[in-house]
Formats: sequence, C-alpha cells, structure tokens
Amino acid sequence: MPSALTEHPVSVRGLSKRYGGVQAVSDISLDIVRGEVFALLGPNGAGKTTTVDILTGVQRRTGGDVRVLGRDPAEDPREWRARIGVVPQTTGAYSDLTVKEVVAHFAAMYPAPLPVGEVLERVGLGSFHSRQATELSGGQQRRLDVAVGVVGDPELIFLDEPTTGLDPVARREAWELVRWFADRGRTTVLTTHYLDEAEQLAQRAAVVVGGRLVACGPPASLGGRDRTPATVTFRRGGALAGVALPPLPPDTEVAASGPDTVSLRTPTPSQVLGLLLPWAAAAGVCELADLRVHRPTLEDVYLSLIDRESRENAA
Amino acid sequence: MTAIVPESRSVTPAPPPYEGAARPGADVPARPAARAARGYARACAARSSVELRAFFRNKQSLVFTLLFPVILLVVFGAIFEGKVEGTDTDFRQVFMAGVIAAGVMSTAFSGLAINVAIERDSGTIRRLALTPMPKSAYFVGKLVRVVVTTVLETVLLIGIAVAAFGLPLPQTAERWSTLVWCLALGTAACALAGTAYSALIPNSRSAAAVVTPVFMVLQFISGVFYPFDKLPLWMQNTAALFPVKWLAQGFRSVFLPDSFTVVEPAGSWELGRIALVLALWAVGGLIATGLTFGWRGPRVR
Repeated sequence: MPSALTEHPVSVRGLSKRYGGVQAVSDISLDIVRGEVFALLGPNGAGKTTTVDILTGVQRRTGGDVRVLGRDPAEDPREWRARIGVVPQTTGAYSDLTVKEVVAHFAAMYPAPLPVGEVLERVGLGSFHSRQATELSGGQQRRLDVAVGVVGDPELIFLDEPTTGLDPVARREAWELVRWFADRGRTTVLTTHYLDEAEQLAQRAAVVVGGRLVACGPPASLGGRDRTPATVTFRRGGALAGVALPPLPPDTEVAASGPDTVSLRTPTPSQVLGLLLPWAAAAGVCELADLRVHRPTLEDVYLSLIDRESRENAA
Repeated sequence: MTAIVPESRSVTPAPPPYEGAARPGADVPARPAARAARGYARACAARSSVELRAFFRNKQSLVFTLLFPVILLVVFGAIFEGKVEGTDTDFRQVFMAGVIAAGVMSTAFSGLAINVAIERDSGTIRRLALTPMPKSAYFVGKLVRVVVTTVLETVLLIGIAVAAFGLPLPQTAERWSTLVWCLALGTAACALAGTAYSALIPNSRSAAAVVTPVFMVLQFISGVFYPFDKLPLWMQNTAALFPVKWLAQGFRSVFLPDSFTVVEPAGSWELGRIALVLALWAVGGLIATGLTFGWRGPRVR
C-alpha cells in the first residue's frame, strides 16, 4: 500500500517537539529518498539531534507525523529496529571488553549482520581488534561507535556527528564507509558541523535553525547558492592603471573599481572573463594579476542563512 | 514550512525491501517462529557472555563483590570464638552461616545494583535500546551473571568455612534441599531488590557509596556478626522486614544443629516464613523494577 508517507524511508510532516516551555523543533517537514545521503546542518542547539532522536525512537514527538521505514518510531517494533542503524552523538563506554568483543556482541542482536572483521577494517580498527575498548583514543572510540551502529547492515543509517573528534585521515575513512553503504543502496541521514562533509557526501542537505527547517536541497543549490552571483576580482596595476573597464554584460555589477583592485559581481563569470582578457591584452597585459573567480561556498550560504534567520528572529 | 518532496532522482536503483532471509550469509528460509527463537537465543547468549567476561575481568567487581565476603569470613572467622549463650554451638559457625547470606547479598544485591547503575550512567543501556535486542535478553544476561557469581561466592565461602574453620557440611538431603531453595529464593529477592534499588543511584561515581551502607547495616542488624537473639528487640523487628535476616536464618537451619533453635526468635527455623518473606521481596523487587527501570529518559545517559 505505497502512499506518500510510506514510499520514502523517512517521511516527516509538521514535526514538533516541546520540552516544557521550549520549542525544540517546530513544524519540520521533509522526505528522505531511498539510497541518498541526506545531511542535517545547523548550529548547536538547533534541534538536529532532537530530530534524529525522534526519528530513531529515542524521544517522543509532541506534534506532527513521522514515518521511518513505514513505521511510527514511537512504536519501536523490534523488526523495525533491526533495519535501522544508529550512531548517536554520545554513546556507551564499553568497559572490560575488547573492540572485537564489543562489535561481535552488537552483531549478535541482528538477523543478518556484516562480518565483524570486515566492519572493523572498514572503520579503520582492524589492527585494534584485541585492544580494550576503554583504552582507545577519542577518535578510535568514535570509530567503534560507528562500527557498533552499522554492524547490523542497516537499510537506513542515522549518523549524528559521526566524524567529530576524528583527524582528517580518519574523516576520509569515515566518508568512504558512508559511500560504501550508499553504493549498496542504503539510505543515510547524517548530522554534521563540517560543511565540506555535507558537500562531499550528501545528495541533499537541510539547514535547521532554531528548530525550523530554513532550507533544503542539493548542496550545490542550497539556499539559492546556484543563483547567487560569482565574484570576479583582479589587481589593476601597471598598464591597466587608469584604463576604463570594457563594456560588461548588463547583469554584472561593479562592486569595487579602485586604483588597485577590481571586483565584479556577475551571474556569468565566464562571459565576463571573455570580455576582460582581450581588454587587458589590448593594453599589453597578458596575465591579470591575482585573478580570482569566487563562487559562494556552502559555508557562505550556510552562514548567511543562519545570519538571516537570527536577524528575523530578533526583529 | 511546506513539505519538501524531491521530484525525481537518478542515483542508485532502489534496493529490494529488507529481506533478512534472502541475503547471503543469512539464515536459510525458516519458519518465522524458529528464526525468532534462534535470534532470541543468540541475543541472550551474547548478553550472558558479555556479563560474565565483564565481571571476571573487572578487578573492582571481583574484589569488591566477590572477595569482600571472603575477607570478612577469613578475618572474623579467625577472631570469633566461644559458644553462643544457651547453646552448644560455636558462634563462629553461626557467623559462617550468616556470612553466606551476606555473600548472596553482595553478589546479587550490591554487585548487581552497582552494575546496573554504571550501565545506565555509561550509556550502555541507552545504546542497547537502539538495537533490536529483545529487552528481556538484558535481564537474562543479568540473571546469568547473578546466578554464576552467587553460586561461585557460596561455594567459595562454604569451601573455606569447611576447609579452614571446620564447618560441618549438611548431613541430610533435606538440609541440602533447604540450602538450594534458600539460595535460589534469596538470590531472586536480592537481585530484584538490587535492580529496583539501582534507580536510587544518581551516577556511577556514587554507586558504591549508595549501596554499601545498606549492605553493611543489614548485615549488622541481621545477626551476621552478632547473635541475633542478643540484638535489641527493635533492631530484630527492623531486620525482620528485610531479606538478609531470613536468609541467614535459613542458612543456620542448613548448617547448625536443630538444638540451636532455642535461641531463634520463634524457637524454630521458621522455614515456611523464610520462603514467604524472600518470595515477597522477589515479587516486590520485580514490581519496583518494572516501575523504575528505564531504557531511555533523563536518568539514562
């Protein structure tokens, strides 16, 4: 009986969560598509973890409708649990057990787990399998959390800041693991503070600020990123000093044109360069000094979304 | 905020819906009931194995829970001497029956209450609740932990008492059977009271401090270190509300001559009442555990 609420691994409509007088999550609606990596972005305390907690049945919602793999997470059925994998933000200290014992123990809870050795290799703990879990470094413990979360070979994986505390190499390894699951058609919901992580891994991302979903879409076009003009800058020295700029496309805006630096905001940077280069060559300059084309990064978009939201809230 | 529904996507083809039985390496198609039973057995075995490994590898639980009663037995067994007034029985033997009861309380009550509090504080319980583990498998693991450690504790204490202090082993089948049912009921009463009591422990750092006074005071007022009939009446009446007094009395009936009943409060071993009180504690502990035990929530980190 496929309907709008059951065909996606995660369907959320009007989700709200109140703690006492605090509205932690307000009216979030989203669908997560089978096979995609979906990133939830937002500042600390924005409601990301609360949302993940509700989706994974850890907390109860106070409003709205939620379907995860076709079920209401609040019911917490066992066969449903076997199909999702969760790597919570804070997790257990597994004292008196080795790394391999911890993962094998969790594997035993699932009907068709991945081989323990393979999972340890994939999270980069292969050579630490007989180490006591409490003797691992912070980053290694985080990898163990990931191993415990995915050993059941889940159809849908929730990763709540999985790479916090990892060094750059370990982060790349964690990304490989996410891609490996994605290649096998698994769906991943990822919260992160690292925008490069979202950009590298996610097909779509949502930005949550103050419990509200303020933007959702592919990282390349999130928050109108694809429609935001690029900035072309270069230094105007030597032979170009005092030479007037060539005629530019009408939608190009000269943001700054001083004796030193020229800065142009344009939706068509290639066209603008096509006009600038002959103009410079005509003045005898073959190489524009310090030429840069800056397109808005995910971070620029993210920060402006948060800035706009906090100003709107203040107003 | 309106619903955000992506219109189409062309990444990876959708995987087949979850079919555990169809994946390589998974169980061959079996009747669902048989598969569920096997899954349950596997979860219980995994929990039990982790419980036992953790107990025997953890020096704190080994020394504090398992060896503490042994130390009490050895130290006080060497100090105590003389007959109990009005009887022909060495007080040392009375003490040894009592310390076996203390041993049951140590492994089943103190050890378990501290262990559950630590698992709640360390995130283990919350993490387990995120897996498809049948909730009862957790308690099966605790049962195995408590039964194995309590039986081991009892064997250790009886072994040392017999070998080093001349405690006579029970001579009749009836006394052996009393030993077994007292041990079983006492373990159930203490363990279920322990899981319920762990709800009062705020965090793992304070666990031993919240549990140990109960353990020590109940021993003192239950006639483990001092003949029960010589305790003030109010103390006897207080102790009679708790299981240790009855468990110690049960073990006295196993190891001491029947003539010792002249100094027992009722003039007899009161085996029926021992069974009743221990069973009531087990039922009460079970209900209180059911009411207080949480898999998640503000007290479960």
